[in-house]
Amino acid sequence: MGRKVIPLSGNHAVAYAAKAVDVDVIAAYPITPQTAVVEKLAEFVANGELDAEFIHVESEHSALSAVVGASAAGARVFTATSAQGLLLMYEIMHIASTMRLPVVMSIATRAISAPINIWCDHSDFMAASDTGWVMFMALNAQEAHDLTVAAYRIAEDPEVELPVAVGYDGFWLSHTVEPVEVLDTDEALKYAPKRYRRYVLDPERPITMGPLASPDWYFEFRVQLHEAVEKSREVILRAFDEFGRSFGRTYRPVDGYYTEDATVVLISMGSASGTALAYVEEARRSGVKVGLVNVRQFRPFPEEELYKHVERAGVVAVVDRAINSGSAFVGPLYSDVALTFFKRGFDIPVLDFVVGLGGRAVTRRDFDEITRRSLAYLGKRMRDVKQHYAFIGVRE
Amino acid sequence: MSSVTIATLPREELLAPGHRMCQGCGAAIVMRHLLKALGKNVIIAHATGCVEVTTTLYPETAWRVPWVHVAFENAAAVASGIEAAIKVLKRKGVIESSKKVKVVAIGGDGGTVDIGLQALSGMLERGHNILYVLYDNEAYMNTGIQRSGATPMYAWTTTTPAGKVWRGEWRRKKDIVSIVRAHGVPYAATVNFAYITDFYTKIRKAAEIEGPTFIHAFAPCVPGWRYEPHLTVKIAKLAVQTGIWVNYEIEKGVFRVTTPVPRRLPVGEYLKLQGRFAHLTKEEIETIQRIVDEDVEYINKLAGATVIGPVERKG
Repeated sequence: MGRKVIPLSGNHAVAYAAKAVDVDVIAAYPITPQTAVVEKLAEFVANGELDAEFIHVESEHSALSAVVGASAAGARVFTATSAQGLLLMYEIMHIASTMRLPVVMSIATRAISAPINIWCDHSDFMAASDTGWVMFMALNAQEAHDLTVAAYRIAEDPEVELPVAVGYDGFWLSHTVEPVEVLDTDEALKYAPKRYRRYVLDPERPITMGPLASPDWYFEFRVQLHEAVEKSREVILRAFDEFGRSFGRTYRPVDGYYTEDATVVLISMGSASGTALAYVEEARRSGVKVGLVNVRQFRPFPEEELYKHVERAGVVAVVDRAINSGSAFVGPLYSDVALTFFKRGFDIPVLDFVVGLGGRAVTRRDFDEITRRSLAYLGKRMRDVKQHYAFIGVRE
Repeated sequence: MSSVTIATLPREELLAPGHRMCQGCGAAIVMRHLLKALGKNVIIAHATGCVEVTTTLYPETAWRVPWVHVAFENAAAVASGIEAAIKVLKRKGVIESSKKVKVVAIGGDGGTVDIGLQALSGMLERGHNILYVLYDNEAYMNTGIQRSGATPMYAWTTTTPAGKVWRGEWRRKKDIVSIVRAHGVPYAATVNFAYITDFYTKIRKAAEIEGPTFIHAFAPCVPGWRYEPHLTVKIAKLAVQTGIWVNYEIEKGVFRVTTPVPRRLPVGEYLKLQGRFAHLTKEEIETIQRIVDEDVEYINKLAGATVIGPVERKG
């Protein structure tokens, strides 16, 4: 068995990953732009290429509920969704994490209604940021594939036992085709072996899962969840290292490009980071000292790793693809970045640029504008910034 | 299947004592005998509700069988996942293929006929090998007696109070078994623990049949129906004797009443024991009688014979 490079969309890259780790139970409900991932998995099961139970659920709420049930019974499970579907799952997302079930879900990120819009932004992904899930955001189709495989190893680690979500930008990644090196089942299972494992529903060892916890106990459950999420930081690093040793692609919670001597550091997540990198390389050629940090691991938020890349910067520009209107921070990625600085007493302007909502393209020109506007604050302090956020590429 | 008699009911208690269900709780009787009828080789997926909160106050549990609760509206979906997991893990040799495990979902009336109806429909339509048990206490008792789609006509609840304008609930109880039957399930039945051998026979039949099966269990509620705890079984029995509740089964589409009632008692005999109907006028009781008469006529039509007889008027 050898690895092969084939042209795959992000959706299909994820489907191949779920197949590579030999998932036992799949439950998913169709929603654009996620659909192709479950269509492909249905095809695998229909052709006998993957031995799994495929539950044709009647909603996303039931999709996550069904894989929670299957996971509680010991199966390796997979589900996928986007936007409204993710919001319908929201209730069960919290339950999956506190019940410590290693569910893996892919999210083809999409804008949230209203108005209804099927195109990419990070509103859905960000809405799940408080659910206690480990959350990754892929930069390209290869990453969507690799991170999905890694997700199983992390989720099922006895020190973690948490659900993991892998985001990848709707359409920009879910529907564009790239060459992807696909892992075969033998090597994927060697890397992420199944753990039939842990506490499961079994008549020979009756246990009660999902009980009522009074004020005497509830707090401890939530703190244990918090500790597991914190613990996942080192497990993720180990899983990434091992992935690099096994397959030659080493991932980090964040990537830094040209950050050593950058005056302005852009911080971005998802496919826009690819565009940002193209811009940064272009700008560097014309002498602009701009750098880029791509955030791959969103939960738990990699403060230390991020800070290493930005501590020498003069201005930081966070590029957000979602809005939290009425908050003090506006962009959700911004809130984590700004607090990373605040906690370290580091007082430089940290600006927030909201881009690309509802599938609006994010271009090199946008990054140029962001960089120029950021440079205007060079040498200033945060308290000198009158308005910390701006919308880029929107009608006046 | 061997016939069930009182003398041969299982001795083993799979629902441990010490739970926090009310004295005289009908749902508690349902659960105790449901587990006895099912035996140990089950996995239970439970919806949020009275029974769930009163039997699993951490760190204690009343369940001596594997049991999971996830949320209110999804017991049928959770059970679907468990059933699928067992199937595939048997195929892959992780679970011994000869191992007998029945997946059972349990929900109250709110969790089944209202908020959980969609998940239930999905489970039934997909043909999972799951027994779904609805314990029906005819309102949201866990949150404090609010009306559900299963609350009967004229019943007082905290959201259908009897006042100058409202006279309690003004809509008829949702016919959940007909909804279930419309999915073409191999077996659906109603049970009432006042007729305990019928109860055991149906639970066992429903558990043994491959595919999605459904049990609708009558579960009087002491605080919600406002009666004295010692009256639970009497009220359950009167429900059948008045024709308000009919014990029947639908097996492969064939409808059969399992507890024929040749002569019915007037509905007032059932209503007068319960505070939730204390506000009713003579005319309102007559309206309920008329509704029950209509329902009985429908049942007899389905049965193809007069299995539930006319009301026996006293004196």
